[in-house]
Amino acid sequence: MLEIRDLEVYYGVIRALKSISLRVKEGEIVTLIGANGAGKTTSLRTISGLLRPHAGSILLNGVDVTQLSPRERVKEGMSHVPEGRRVFPMMSVLENLELGAFLRRDKEGIEEDLTHVYERFPILFDRRKQMAGTLSGGEQQMLAIGRALMSRPKVLLLDEPSMGLAPLLVQEIFNIIQTINEAGTTVLLVEQNANMALQIASRAYVLETGSIVLSGEAKTLLESEEIKKAYLGGK
Amino acid sequence: MGQFLQQVLNSISIGSIYALIALGYTMVYGIIRLINFAHASVYMLGAYIGYFAMTYFGLGFFPAILIAMVLCTIIGVLIEKIAYKPLRNATRIAVLITAIGVSMLIEYGMMFFVKANVRSYPPMTGFLTKTFTLGSMTITTQQILILVVTIVLMVILQFVVRTTRIGKAMRAVSQDRDAAELMGIDVNSTISFTFAIGSALAGAAGVLVGVYYNSINPLMGMLPGLKAFVAAVFGGIGLIPGAVLGGYFIGAVEVFVAGYGNSMYRDAVVFAILILVLIIKPAGLLGKSTREKV
Repeated sequence: MLEIRDLEVYYGVIRALKSISLRVKEGEIVTLIGANGAGKTTSLRTISGLLRPHAGSILLNGVDVTQLSPRERVKEGMSHVPEGRRVFPMMSVLENLELGAFLRRDKEGIEEDLTHVYERFPILFDRRKQMAGTLSGGEQQMLAIGRALMSRPKVLLLDEPSMGLAPLLVQEIFNIIQTINEAGTTVLLVEQNANMALQIASRAYVLETGSIVLSGEAKTLLESEEIKKAYLGGK
Repeated sequence: MGQFLQQVLNSISIGSIYALIALGYTMVYGIIRLINFAHASVYMLGAYIGYFAMTYFGLGFFPAILIAMVLCTIIGVLIEKIAYKPLRNATRIAVLITAIGVSMLIEYGMMFFVKANVRSYPPMTGFLTKTFTLGSMTITTQQILILVVTIVLMVILQFVVRTTRIGKAMRAVSQDRDAAELMGIDVNSTISFTFAIGSALAGAAGVLVGVYYNSINPLMGMLPGLKAFVAAVFGGIGLIPGAVLGGYFIGAVEVFVAGYGNSMYRDAVVFAILILVLIIKPAGLLGKSTREKV
C-alpha cells in the first residue's frame, strides 16, 4: 500500500534521513519508533509531501507520489495528522472537520462521514460550535484524527498522537486508532511511546539518528532485550 | 453638540477609507506574515483608474469604482506573482524590503507617466452633489456614498470569508499553513485570492477618496497607507474585525485632534498611538497572544 524506498532528506547540509526504506501493507498498523530527533517527524512530513526528499521514492498503491504536492497526495488517499495536532484554533470544531473534506464534492458522503466521526468522538459533537483552540489537548487530538478521517483516507499517517496527553487519554487514543484500523484504514504510526505503539502495531521499524536500525514483528520487538533497554525503560 | 456630531460624521467618512485599506494590510499579513507596503500604491492606482474612467471615458461613479476594483485586483495579483511568490521561502525581511521597493517603483513609475502634479476629480453630477442638513449638521451625498459602499463591501467580504470554500481556505492558511496544505488546500492560489480581495478594497478606497477630497497625486498613498497600517496594528494585525475597528478609531482620532486640538498634531497623534499600542498591547486591541495547549 505504502512503500518508501531509500529516502534521503536534508535540512540544509544536515542529513536528517539516511536512506530509509519501509513498507506498510494494506490493513496493517505499522509503527515507526525512536527517540527525539531520530527523524520520525521528518519521515512523515516527507511522506505527506510537506518536505521534499533529496533522493528516494514514495509509492502509494503502486503510484509514485514523490513529486506530487501534498494536495495531490490527499487526493491519492493519504491523510496526515501532524505532530502537535495542528487544529485550526480560531475555527469551530465543525469547520475543522469540514476542512478535512476540502477536496471532496460528494455532499452526502461528507455528511455520512461527519456522522461517523461524531459517533466515534461524541465529545466533538457536543463541542461542534466551539472554537478548536478552546478544546483540551485530548479533544484536539480527537479533532485532528477526525479531521484527517474526513478525507476518507486509505492510509492514515499519525505523528505522536500520545504527545502531552494524560495516560488514560493515551490509552483511549490508542484504542481509537485500533478501531479505525479495524474499520479498514491502513495506519502508519510514529511514536515515542514505544510500549503502547508496539502493542497495537503488527510491525515496527526503529529509527535512530536518521537510519532504520531494526525492524520486525511488533511482538518480537516488544520482547527484544535491545528494545526493552533502549525504548521501554526496562533493564 | 452640533459640532461634535459633525465631527463624528466626518470621522466615519475618513474611518471608512482607512478601514478599507487596513483590511488589505491585515488579510495579507494574516496569510503570509508580510506588511505589504505596496498596498498603499495599489490604493493610489485605484484613485487614478477612477479618475481616468470618469474624466476620459465620461463614466459615472459606479462604473468607475467597479473598473478600479477589477484593475486593482489584477494589479495586486500580479504584484504577488512577480515580486513576492519567488521569495516564498526567503527571510521575512527580504520580502519586506521587496515590498517597499515595489511601492517605490509603482509610486515613482506613476509619477513618470502622469507627472507629479495634483489632479482633481471631475465634479460630481446629479444626485451626488446634494447635501442634507440635519439640525446643525451638514451631510454630503459623498459621505453617505462612502459609508454605504464601505458597508456593502464589508458585508460581501464577511460573507466570502465566513461561508465560501475559498474563504475557509483563506482562514485555514492564515491559521496554520502546513495543516492547510495537509487538508489539500492549494496555498498559492489562496494567497493570490487574498491579494485580489485586498487590492479590490484598496481600489475602491482610492476612488472614494478621489470623490471625497477631490484631489489625487502619485504619492497620495504614502500617509493614508501608513495610517491604515497603524489602524490594522491597533485592531490586531491579521484580524479582519480589528482592521475595521482600527480604521474607524484612527479616523476619529484624526478628526477630533484636528477639530478640537491642533490640526498640526493630527498625524503625530496617530503615530504616537502606534508606539503606545506596540508597547502596551503588541497583539492589538482584539488580538491575544496564543499559548500552546497540552
